[in-house]
Amino acid sequence: MQPATIPWFVRHELALAWRDWFSMMTAGKPGRGLIVAVSLLLLAGFLHLLAYGMVASYAGVGDNPDKTTLVVITGCALLSWSLMLSQAMESVTRAFYARADLDLILSSPAPSRRIFALRIGAIAVSTVLLAVMVTGPVINVLAISGGVRWLSAYGVVVAMGATAAALAVALTVALFRLIGPQRTRLIAQIVAAIVGAIFVIGVQAAAIVFYGSISRIAFLSSDIVASLTPDTDSLVWLPARAALGDQAALAITMMFSFALLSTAIAVFSTRFGDHATAAAGIAETRVRQRRLDGFRTVSPRKALRHKEWALLRRDPWLVSQTLMQIFYLLPPALLLWRNFGDETGALTILVPVTVMAAGQLSGGLAWLAVSGEDAPDLVRTAPISPRAILVAKIEAVLGAVAMVMAPLIIAISFASLQIALVAMLGIAAAAASATAIQLWFRAQARRSMFRRRQTSSRVATFAEAFSSITWAATSGMLAAGSVFALAGAFAAAIILFLTWTISPSRDAE
Amino acid sequence: MDSEPAAALEISALVKTFDRPAVDGLDLSVKAGEFYCLLGPNGAGKTTTLRMVAGLLRPDSGGISIFGIDALRDPVGAKRVTAWVSDEPMIYDKLTPFEYLEFVAGLWSIDSAEADARARDLIGWLGLEPHAHERCGGFSKGMRQKVALAGALVHDPKLIILDEPLTGLDAGSARIVKDVLLQRVRKGMTVIMTTHILEVAERMAERIGVIDRGRLIANGTLDELRRRAGREGTTLEEIFLQLVAEQEQAA
Repeated sequence: MQPATIPWFVRHELALAWRDWFSMMTAGKPGRGLIVAVSLLLLAGFLHLLAYGMVASYAGVGDNPDKTTLVVITGCALLSWSLMLSQAMESVTRAFYARADLDLILSSPAPSRRIFALRIGAIAVSTVLLAVMVTGPVINVLAISGGVRWLSAYGVVVAMGATAAALAVALTVALFRLIGPQRTRLIAQIVAAIVGAIFVIGVQAAAIVFYGSISRIAFLSSDIVASLTPDTDSLVWLPARAALGDQAALAITMMFSFALLSTAIAVFSTRFGDHATAAAGIAETRVRQRRLDGFRTVSPRKALRHKEWALLRRDPWLVSQTLMQIFYLLPPALLLWRNFGDETGALTILVPVTVMAAGQLSGGLAWLAVSGEDAPDLVRTAPISPRAILVAKIEAVLGAVAMVMAPLIIAISFASLQIALVAMLGIAAAAASATAIQLWFRAQARRSMFRRRQTSSRVATFAEAFSSITWAATSGMLAAGSVFALAGAFAAAIILFLTWTISPSRDAE
Repeated sequence: MDSEPAAALEISALVKTFDRPAVDGLDLSVKAGEFYCLLGPNGAGKTTTLRMVAGLLRPDSGGISIFGIDALRDPVGAKRVTAWVSDEPMIYDKLTPFEYLEFVAGLWSIDSAEADARARDLIGWLGLEPHAHERCGGFSKGMRQKVALAGALVHDPKLIILDEPLTGLDAGSARIVKDVLLQRVRKGMTVIMTTHILEVAERMAERIGVIDRGRLIANGTLDELRRRAGREGTTLEEIFLQLVAEQEQAA
């Protein structure tokens, strides 16, 4: 193969992407390939079953859909698209700032425009692949139940991915020009996180405000939305029509998106190298802190707690990533506001959402404190027992969770003391469980690896999620006065026990 | 009145095996108040040995005693008098040097007034004053190494262990680090250092140990090593290469 040509670069990029993905899936242990393959097949089967339960009854939607159908399909597509845009922005930011092979590429005589054009294309492909993995089971179920016309939804997913990649490149470059390379890194990552959540939360918030319901579908199929949206013959509905099997609509949708992506590649690949060079040239921001009046005498545990909180407070990117989980509390908070004081039923819905968020938040914070220690040698050579170090870190995590959750609990207590107590117990159980799981599966890593923490242990990630879900369900049932809460607590205990039995920390004992 | 033990560090029959023996029955003694350099080719077991002394790795067998404290039975007691500086200075990007030193003082439970005074002295000696209230995130490797060294000295350890502390430092920074270490030795601190810069070991160390394949193959002052190698007046580099070559042949 001729070196420095497009196919040569494609082969190089594909080899790197494959190795990166394989290493991520197997957590760097090649022997796990077969296990990963079987797990993926099982997961695919499970997702298809799940999709069957969710969407099979909609497979019969006709060729001439009404406005409500178009609104619901377009709304769901927009939800996915906002996530795709978020993912693409993350990828573009990483492409700009990751040093990796940039020095080699830019110092070689090979035309850098080609490789940057290819990298924008690769961002589009990876965005599409992830979206296909998520939506694939839904589309397959619809195609099996309602006919092959549904397969054209794959074309819509591809078009959405291409559009998201094009817009992500444009947005990131615009940020670069507007605020410079120094600040773009942080702002772009925060914008990406917000973009990914805002539409989901916005629709849910609207549903709560107008209907007192947390259901997005209920809102999308409401009369208010129908009255605010264009008629069924509008071009706005082309992607929805394309998804339903309208081949002409599909062709237009795909042509539009590919034209957009091609334009983005043509316009931005030339400047991509310049921006990457500018990003490489920036030094890390020098930030001056308030002068210390003098040292305070503190115990080692207190020193560790304060250090954890200071590091968290001073890292806007980590704060944004961690607090995105709290952002998802906005809809239930709205629910609380709307039903304040009189409807205990609505409060019952709030409890599991709060508990779930607390579990997820604790998992993230516990990873940062326990695994994401940037000076492990310093801490381990200090004259403190390992147990005291762990206790201090757990205190730091639970303290932070308590600080975040306390205002919500106080607000609930004005409406119902009993439900506030249940929520508090649920939060404590979910936070303690998530922290325990992170302790059992701790593995030293840099804090900057936070975004990829889930890949270091799939078991820990799933265990953390299942534990939070189970505690959320338990708390919800307890708030509703159901005796099944006992079963929920028992299930949570079983999950924790099973997780502990397969955890590496138990092997080490 | 308690008398200070003669040995700052006593290592006996130390063994650590990963996929192959990294440290293989090592015996070593370092006197109190001594500047000791541990040399060896890459993969000889220097870092593994020192990490076990610092309490970062548990040996498979053998003994480690620091100023008479059994480091395996009483690790907290041993850590109280020891400091460790690795070749990759790991400090917190979001803390300033002063905050970092305050944190270290907290970990070692040092009185705040005492630690504050020491921190200001160290910041001054190491030339970090202009950056004392800047976060460490944007610091060069040399500055990070100086902050790490200040952290190791702020609790006034009796024994400081440094793994390749001069790698990647410019001449000015290396000079400052060396001066600070020599000054501490004059005040009675024991320094154990690994380095690949043999001229540094030749000029600074009172005694030098050469380790290969996890075993101590030579130990003594520079003159003693010269006599052992049978090459009077030669450089440490020549002696080191000869000792390692002999070891390779014997293996």
